[in-house]
Amino acid sequence: MKLKTKDGGWSPYLAGVLLGILAVISVIATTKLLGKTHYLGASTTFVRAASLVENKIAPDHVASNKYFTETKVKVDWQFMLVFGIFLGALISSIIDKSFKIESVPPTWEEYFGPSIGKRAIGAFAGGIVAMVGARMADGCPSGHGLSGMMQLSASSFVALAMFFGVGVLVAGMFYKRRA
Amino acid sequence: MNTDQWLGLITGVAFGFLLQKGRVLRFDKQVGAMMLNDMTILKFMLSAILVGMVGILLLSNAGIIKLSHKPMNLGAVLLGGSLFGAGWAIMGFCPGTSIGAIGEGRWHAIFAVIGMVAGAAVYAELYPFFNSTILAWKDFGKIALPETIGVSQWIIVPIFWVVAIAMFILFEKKKI
Repeated sequence: MKLKTKDGGWSPYLAGVLLGILAVISVIATTKLLGKTHYLGASTTFVRAASLVENKIAPDHVASNKYFTETKVKVDWQFMLVFGIFLGALISSIIDKSFKIESVPPTWEEYFGPSIGKRAIGAFAGGIVAMVGARMADGCPSGHGLSGMMQLSASSFVALAMFFGVGVLVAGMFYKRRA
Repeated sequence: MNTDQWLGLITGVAFGFLLQKGRVLRFDKQVGAMMLNDMTILKFMLSAILVGMVGILLLSNAGIIKLSHKPMNLGAVLLGGSLFGAGWAIMGFCPGTSIGAIGEGRWHAIFAVIGMVAGAAVYAELYPFFNSTILAWKDFGKIALPETIGVSQWIIVPIFWVVAIAMFILFEKKKI
């Protein structure tokens, strides 16, 4: 098995095993240092980001919103984790020279052309639907897909099956050649 | 910054580094998995789960850490999971990878991030409605698979390993 890919990346198996080790170290570290076990996750941070943005415009509205008050507006462990993902990806891509300014993903361009506007609309609309779903299901591919599966949570098996199952169906319908 | 934030940041940097090295931050890899022609993200996720689940279950059994199951709120997980899958297919990123993608220069992922922040705001507005409908339907609580189906976790884990490795062999055979 090759440990490196052609473009200088690591084998997904190697990177995945290391992520599994990181997940274990992280639960020990948070339990010992913070007194509470934290699991890797990302989508709650988007709720906090939304409430921080809305707080600038309509603080009273945020204060009276049940979901925001239950989720708590704060820059916490997971918020910094998500920011760290940005930094880690930046550092890694600069070190191995895979950093690349890209305006439209190559696969998207094959189907929908080089228009940034079209990609922006697709990403924005898809983002709204996906995040409503992630909050309803109480997790995303990190919270359910990684952390929930590692704990053998019943809900995560169902959630991950739905993520991929419906993803495969919709991708099959959406990405069709328009020659 | 407090300890909470520092620890999150350090863990996040390592997480982002591995996501980037595994090349799973790309739109093309995410959509490739959903079009069943590039299984990079499945190889990555399953490898992480195989290792992580053994460590986390052992630590939990030893009483060192506490498990934190997400509620098996059946309607919400089914409908929410479906909505996520549909949005994911079109967006081509998930919440964690969208942020990482911007880090490696794929700046168009910002549109996905803005969409997801807007989606979180939409969810917060609709929460009272969901709370009295889909979320109130059938909540089985924070349950683990082993106790739900009455099978020991140390039977489920080896089965999970065997199935995952069989999938890896299939992926490599098909070169996907």
